[in-house]
Amino acid sequence: MSESSQAETAVTREIPIRDALREAMVEEIERDESVFLVGEEVGGYNGAYKCSRGMLDQFGARRVIDAPIAECGFAGVGIGAAMMGLRPIVEFMTFNFSLIAIDQILNTAAKARLMSGGQLKCPIVFRGAGGAAFQLGAQHANSFEGFYAYTPGLIVVAPATPHDMKGLLKSSIRNDNPVVFFESELTYGLKGPVPEEEYLIPIGSAEIKREGSDITLVTWSKNLFLTLEVAEALSKEGVSAEVVDLRTLRPLDTETLLTSVAKTHRALIIQEQHLVSSYGAYLSHVITSQIFDELDAPVGLISSLEAPMPYSKTLEQVILPSKERCLEEARKVLEGCL
Amino acid sequence: MDQDLIADLFRQMLRIRRFEEEAARLYTERKIGGFLHLYIGEEAVAVGALSVLESKDCVITAYRCHGHYLARGGSARAGMAELLGKATGCAGGRGGSMHFYDASINFMGGWGIVGGQLPVGAGLAFAQKYNNTGGVTLCFLGDGAVNIGPFHEALSLAALWKLPIVFIIENNYFAMGTPLSKTAPTEDLAIRALGYPMARDTIDGHDVFAVRAAVHTAVRRAREQKLPTLIEAKTYRYRGHSMADPAKYRTKEDLEHWTQRDPIKTLGDKLNALNLSQVRERITNEVEEEIMDAVKFAEDSPFPDPSTALDYVYV
Repeated sequence: MSESSQAETAVTREIPIRDALREAMVEEIERDESVFLVGEEVGGYNGAYKCSRGMLDQFGARRVIDAPIAECGFAGVGIGAAMMGLRPIVEFMTFNFSLIAIDQILNTAAKARLMSGGQLKCPIVFRGAGGAAFQLGAQHANSFEGFYAYTPGLIVVAPATPHDMKGLLKSSIRNDNPVVFFESELTYGLKGPVPEEEYLIPIGSAEIKREGSDITLVTWSKNLFLTLEVAEALSKEGVSAEVVDLRTLRPLDTETLLTSVAKTHRALIIQEQHLVSSYGAYLSHVITSQIFDELDAPVGLISSLEAPMPYSKTLEQVILPSKERCLEEARKVLEGCL
Repeated sequence: MDQDLIADLFRQMLRIRRFEEEAARLYTERKIGGFLHLYIGEEAVAVGALSVLESKDCVITAYRCHGHYLARGGSARAGMAELLGKATGCAGGRGGSMHFYDASINFMGGWGIVGGQLPVGAGLAFAQKYNNTGGVTLCFLGDGAVNIGPFHEALSLAALWKLPIVFIIENNYFAMGTPLSKTAPTEDLAIRALGYPMARDTIDGHDVFAVRAAVHTAVRRAREQKLPTLIEAKTYRYRGHSMADPAKYRTKEDLEHWTQRDPIKTLGDKLNALNLSQVRERITNEVEEEIMDAVKFAEDSPFPDPSTALDYVYV
């Protein structure tokens, strides 16, 4: 078993994220009798986004369990099962529906260990798509990773690439804490290199996805791809941007983040959440409170605008972070005049 | 009837009663903080129900949890210490009155959000079935929990997935201060089992033998057929919803109707009638000794070290 990064591993094959996720689940279900998958459409339908294609046939209905539309119910069942030593993977079709189960996740899974004085543990993974996709409307476009990252007792993972999705999902399933694992509807088909051999990526490790020296762009989840585009555009303006992909929000890899910003002296955070009470605002606090003297400019922060997501594409594009908005903010950070 | 059984049930109920009377006293002395929801009056439900369990079975309940913890065999010392927020408590001083735990006896809490324990209880039963342990889960709830979503989701999943669980509604006729007549269209709460569907039973929660018999049948159904049951035990709490509640919303006559049939008094009288008054007296003395020892243990125990405030957040 290796703990690898994309850079270190010679990889010959490319697979889409949905297959990377399926491989992670299949390998862990094969490896450990206590692991099972439960959720809406995960079995007979092969997953709403086909992440569990073929798994019902492979493992049977004991290990791959179709649930009725009852998020609070099946999330709670997973939590109870986890307290008994099982390792459930609970799939939410999207995290928009996880709000029906949020009491179970925040009040039960996250707190069982503390409230029992360490007697109970809750090794469970809640996974599914988060964030906006194309024109899903206001109720299906929420970025809730900040909600979950707010709560001590939870681990929150939000990777971007097929490689990171697989390695981090496997680590999440093996972790003894409740893990909230964010994917994206827009990238299930996105292909990338994934090693044939088994590997894990440790939770709580960010990765530099592009090296640079003039400004640090900080992001996570699918906005990594937007951020890499921004970095590429900046390079055409003669600016060398470093891209930090956090991959895990709780616990935060403070060292990688601060080392990068201390090197470039400038930071721009790119998030899909709204600004108020957001994870990006917390990151800004971490940077300014810990390495204020290293900064040559205030920390920039790009967020979704403060409105529920409208349906029409011309409006949706305005609300979400765009390359243009990110570039404009980056230039301000570079000029030190936010 | 088995005299040892009568004596044991009497002891278990008296133990809960005396534990909580002392807890109430300590609360008025401000040695216990937060909320304190007393189970006084309802003891026959927990004691009768848990008396039919095996050690591999699980118990989970809501925030009025002292009685179930003690009836499951929880230590009075560790329970009292928990109420006082001491490091020696059954949750290390992290839980408090609403969150008692003892995983070593499969007492799984102690949960503070109404209805939240129901899906979790179904999950305990799910694991028992998944691992083929032969164990079952008893999941307790109040009448106030039957109108919230998780009640419905848990019962429908338990029926759909054929989980070995018994849901026991402790119907004490008040959801906090609101009478049942204002929260449910019919006084029959067990009838709600029909829609899922699952077996149901309605029993006199002040009759410890009736509780025992009904739960015995339901546990056998769960253990042998992997089928859930919904039991409604009609009972009454003599005190307010919590220590903060003087319970002015009910009549003295109502209260007297139930206290005249008090399950501990009933069983004590039965011991006397069987010429076992000496047994009754011995048990009463032993319980008194155990509870006063628990109070002393709790008062003498240290508080958790402030340096441990961040313990038990992650494994």
